[in-house]
Amino acid sequence: MGSRASTLLREEEIEEIKKETGFSHSQITRLYSRFTSLDKGENGTLSREDFQRIPELAINPLGDRIINAFFPEGEDQVNFRGFMRTLAHFRPIEDNEKNKDPIASEPLNSRSNKLLFAFRLYDLDRDDKISRDELLQVLRMMVGVNISDEQLGSIADRTIQEADQNGDNSISFNEFIKVGNVYILYIDIDIDI
Amino acid sequence: MDSLANFNPFDNLLCILLGISFTVWFTLLLVFIIVPAIFGVSFGIRQLYMKTLLKIFEWATHRIERGAKDNNHLLYKPYSNAIIAKEPTSLEEEIKEIRRSGSNRDLDHASEFEMSDIFYFCRQGVESIMDDEVTKRFSAEELESWNLLTRSNYNFQHISLRLTVLWGLGVVIRYGFLLPLRVTLAFTGVGLLVVLTSIIGFLPNGRMKNFLSEQVHLMCYRICVRALTAIITYHDSENKPKNGGICVANHTSPIDVIILASDGCYAMVGQIHGGLMGVIQKSMVKACPHIWFERSEVKDRHLVAKRLSDHVEDKTKLPILIFPEGTCINNTSVMMFKKGSFEIGSTVYPVAIKYDPRFGDAFWNSSQFGMVNYLLRMMSSWAIVCSVWYLPPMTREEGEDAVQFANRVKAAIARQGGLVDLLWDGGLKRGKVKDTFKEEQQKLYSKMLVGTQEDRSRS
Repeated sequence: MGSRASTLLREEEIEEIKKETGFSHSQITRLYSRFTSLDKGENGTLSREDFQRIPELAINPLGDRIINAFFPEGEDQVNFRGFMRTLAHFRPIEDNEKNKDPIASEPLNSRSNKLLFAFRLYDLDRDDKISRDELLQVLRMMVGVNISDEQLGSIADRTIQEADQNGDNSISFNEFIKVGNVYILYIDIDIDI
Repeated sequence: MDSLANFNPFDNLLCILLGISFTVWFTLLLVFIIVPAIFGVSFGIRQLYMKTLLKIFEWATHRIERGAKDNNHLLYKPYSNAIIAKEPTSLEEEIKEIRRSGSNRDLDHASEFEMSDIFYFCRQGVESIMDDEVTKRFSAEELESWNLLTRSNYNFQHISLRLTVLWGLGVVIRYGFLLPLRVTLAFTGVGLLVVLTSIIGFLPNGRMKNFLSEQVHLMCYRICVRALTAIITYHDSENKPKNGGICVANHTSPIDVIILASDGCYAMVGQIHGGLMGVIQKSMVKACPHIWFERSEVKDRHLVAKRLSDHVEDKTKLPILIFPEGTCINNTSVMMFKKGSFEIGSTVYPVAIKYDPRFGDAFWNSSQFGMVNYLLRMMSSWAIVCSVWYLPPMTREEGEDAVQFANRVKAAIARQGGLVDLLWDGGLKRGKVKDTFKEEQQKLYSKMLVGTQEDRSRS
């Protein structure tokens, strides 16, 4: 018997994930087969090395930060639920979701949650502010060795100047929303099943 | 004493029966398999076998789907088609697109850096997590329909009695009848190869020796082909590689060698191994010049190149067979060709090999199974079915360097075999991707930021 047959998702689990993330049945099973193919240790969880084995991710300048986003605070393994929860941020917002019951908890792929995901790529220490240092770190990751420290510093200063409104020389989440809100739908990924 | 006398007739009967069945067995073997192999003819038994199997597989898949629907079970979807529809775009285009889509800012005022630029990298990264082009090439291709082998079935639950019985029958036939038959043939083939090539080695060099060596090699490879029940269709045989040329093909498993060498004579290239492989290699080289390297010599690229070019210059020597990918790929794509063989400057004869995975997956996942395990799996599959296309010869053109030439040949092979043409290195199966690729991305992005600065200072 193939080992995969025994690790097929149970119907109840799929329903729970569906409710939590909004992915369809077939999307969940497809992504589950992707999850298992990445899981080389076959223990039902992914480690950072499993992600780094994807060449296209390894050459992405922000690869490490993106991988980090999958792992909850201080943990080294992510299970399928966690995997799907993070991927849910990239699901496009559907029309029928806009009129959902406002009392229900905010869906993972709401505009605000998408922006929070992007914000957290910058804000490494999770203090809800992007400091000049944190901005410089991300810039350095994206440009490598091709731009000098001074130039990069002035780019960072200019960016903070434009976005900062309360004068504390860092960018808070609200200030980030104003800058990023218009572009955020770019990160939506259409899963074609 | 009495009891001994009683058992004798039964013993005799048993011995006679065994003797008869062995004789029948070997006669059948000889007539239907070995003799045709020697002369290169075929009775068409394998084609008939293949057609019958296909019908059975269709029925089996149908039953599984029906069974699953009846019981409301979920079917495991094979991870073969792309999950995301991606269009190829460049870094610069995409980032400009993001910035443009934002507001009505005109491009002249475009600042060097926008906080939204990370969205590009973010999306690229998550897309590659959901689906990437490379990692799926290093594991066996998953099938849409079931071929009665548990190893390729992910939905096996007790669907119906008939299906289970059929599967059980399949196991008995494969392991009880086909496997012993094939193992016998394999030993015969390899044994004959070693013995006969050693004998031929004693002959003086000349046309007689070459002729005999070719016949012996062909015969033994044909026996090995039958040992795997390989059903091969050769296309465009007028393009078969000639002396003084280099034959390149995509690599899926060690069986590729047997498949090509049973239809033509090649000089093999490789590292000398120990054990049984080593014995075979040493005896083969007595009959005709193959190119075997010691482990230490493999690292020295100049030495390798020199021996290869010396070989191709001698027109009496056979064409060289090389697999430029350097490792086994799962036959859904062709990965980067190493440029070494394309620097030598002789005619290249590309060959495309495509396996039909429905009868048995030929891909050797060397991190999952060793060689012996792999061969046993091959011999207990239904059959190995493949198509071989001999493509027209290619030479390096003016102004083309080795890498471009290699890519051109690779594209031709991929097109013919219906495989995806990838630029990624097959070495990624084991090793990490080189940092230079990340540095390229960083350079491209930096140009976007700094380029604007230069324009500013100019104006």
